[in-house]
Amino acid sequence: MGRWSGFRITMTQVFKPRVTGDYPKHKRPKPERFHGRHVLNRYEDGMEKCIGCELCAGVCPAKCIYVRGSDNPPEGPVSPGERYGFVYEINYLRCIHCDLCVEACPTEAITETKLFEFSFTNRTDAIYTKRELLVDDDGRARRQPWELWLGGEDDHTSAWMRATAPSGQAAFEGKVAWSGELGFGVRAPERGQSPVPALESGPASGELDDVEVNLG
Amino acid sequence: MNLLVAADPLLDGDLDATVVLIVIAKTIVIFVLLLVAVMFYIWFMRKVIADMQNRVGPARAGPFGILQTLADGIKLFFKEQSTPSSADRPVYLLAPYLSIIPAFLAFAIVPIGGTVSIAGHVTELQLADPQIGILFLLMMSGIGLYGVMLAGWSSGSKYPLLGSVRASAQLLSYEAALGLAVVGVLVHTGTLSTRAIVDQQAWTGIDSIVTQWYWLPAIGALLIFVIAALAETNHPPFDLVEAEQELVGGFHTEYTGIRFALFFLAEFMNLITMSAIAVTLFLGGPSGPSLGFVASDSWVNTWVMPIFWFMFKLLVLLYGTVWVRASLPRLRYDQLMNVSWKVLIEAAFLWAMVTGLIVVARNQGWNLWIVTPAAALGALLIYGVLMACVPKAHEVSEEIK
Repeated sequence: MGRWSGFRITMTQVFKPRVTGDYPKHKRPKPERFHGRHVLNRYEDGMEKCIGCELCAGVCPAKCIYVRGSDNPPEGPVSPGERYGFVYEINYLRCIHCDLCVEACPTEAITETKLFEFSFTNRTDAIYTKRELLVDDDGRARRQPWELWLGGEDDHTSAWMRATAPSGQAAFEGKVAWSGELGFGVRAPERGQSPVPALESGPASGELDDVEVNLG
Repeated sequence: MNLLVAADPLLDGDLDATVVLIVIAKTIVIFVLLLVAVMFYIWFMRKVIADMQNRVGPARAGPFGILQTLADGIKLFFKEQSTPSSADRPVYLLAPYLSIIPAFLAFAIVPIGGTVSIAGHVTELQLADPQIGILFLLMMSGIGLYGVMLAGWSSGSKYPLLGSVRASAQLLSYEAALGLAVVGVLVHTGTLSTRAIVDQQAWTGIDSIVTQWYWLPAIGALLIFVIAALAETNHPPFDLVEAEQELVGGFHTEYTGIRFALFFLAEFMNLITMSAIAVTLFLGGPSGPSLGFVASDSWVNTWVMPIFWFMFKLLVLLYGTVWVRASLPRLRYDQLMNVSWKVLIEAAFLWAMVTGLIVVARNQGWNLWIVTPAAALGALLIYGVLMACVPKAHEVSEEIK
């Protein structure tokens, strides 16, 4: 490294490929277990999975989750058990996306999506209630006006859980230990963290392709 | 009047309405040209630095992100302007304008094209052609220094004050080197008028790059001028005035909104002006080959080609400044002072004296084969004696002990 080698180094970089892309026109695939914003899932028959147990609120290190449980009304039950979450709020000004809530949830009611591009302009928008979090009748996350989505990004709403549940034990890898979801049915297991056998080394199923976005 | 605008044939005869209109039009064009040039330069700088760092750079506003600077400017216009309660208010408000106005004025003397005729009047494509041309540039860069100095002083805050103390020391030091470097080429030209300097470097053929342009006979002055001009415009690696890591923002820490933008506008305008002056002094200004297949008096060859060559040379120099910005780390403060006081000023001074001797010898018909080596040897001898007199770093520290 001579005194003038800086000039040579900078000039040679000009002819090398770029490490950044033209986001947001062109997005890179996200990791399989990316922690984005949450959704509240429903069973295949449309019932809510949340039972209002408040374990997620208890485990949350940022104290951003607020849950109130209530007894299911006998004439129109919301969830298949005795109780359901009748208030569910996540404050995204506080959430650190650690996904401890997903680990804590006994019914896989709360899972994360790949959606991270939401820039709200006031504090009220930052608090997602059940209206925003609960999946719609097709089992899809509800898109908020301030969120930037890619096509297909909301397909992958529970990858973390399907790779390592329960408790992240390798013995359970590849075993289905979760209930079906509205719109998707019982999801196939994803690869965990154990070494890849030579034969199975294909592209991971949860990976997104590079997608062109029309920002119109 | 004569001293300031003399050489332009436009102002020789009677001043009628057309002449006034032409001058006004030129003023507006220069004003807009500078603003657009700064806009373009900032975008260009960011793109080239991105290239050199394997990045894409601004890409969202307009095609290839070319409107990014405009977007930043508009944003700064609408931002809140705050004044520190401890600020010296009148000076605080005046300082940005002390920076920006000389930056605009300095560009007035730059010849950006050839001599053309507009509506029956022959005129030069530059706003003013004063006989004191290059001195005017030095004057303006001297006044611009007050903007930086007073901005830091009047902010009533520590970091800006430190920044402005650095600014006054640095700009003063390099002003001397810059002026002496200019002398090294003025000895050849024998005039201060930028138009006359450019005319002396007129294009006569491909060999005029070597025989007419002053970069070769004044190669030492060119090197010193480039370094001193970079320091004079607070360009990296000489940007100690606004060293973010040490001084927050330097002299403009307390400035917000459009006043902050004015400082940056002035800084980049000064950089463009200095590059344009380097083109004028050393690289022949607008001189360059005209298109052979078009009539020599057609508008292509009188208007377009000189401007094209000027812009082309300017762009090459500006690319060089970006390259320097991307490559070199900032100097330490003692290194900054050493470069100016121990190297550049002596070198520029001796270069001017040797060049002067050679020019005199050529005029008097003395034998250049004897004069040139003798003068160079003498200069080296003087430089050696000077450097021997300067205490070395370890000697200084022993004295302090």
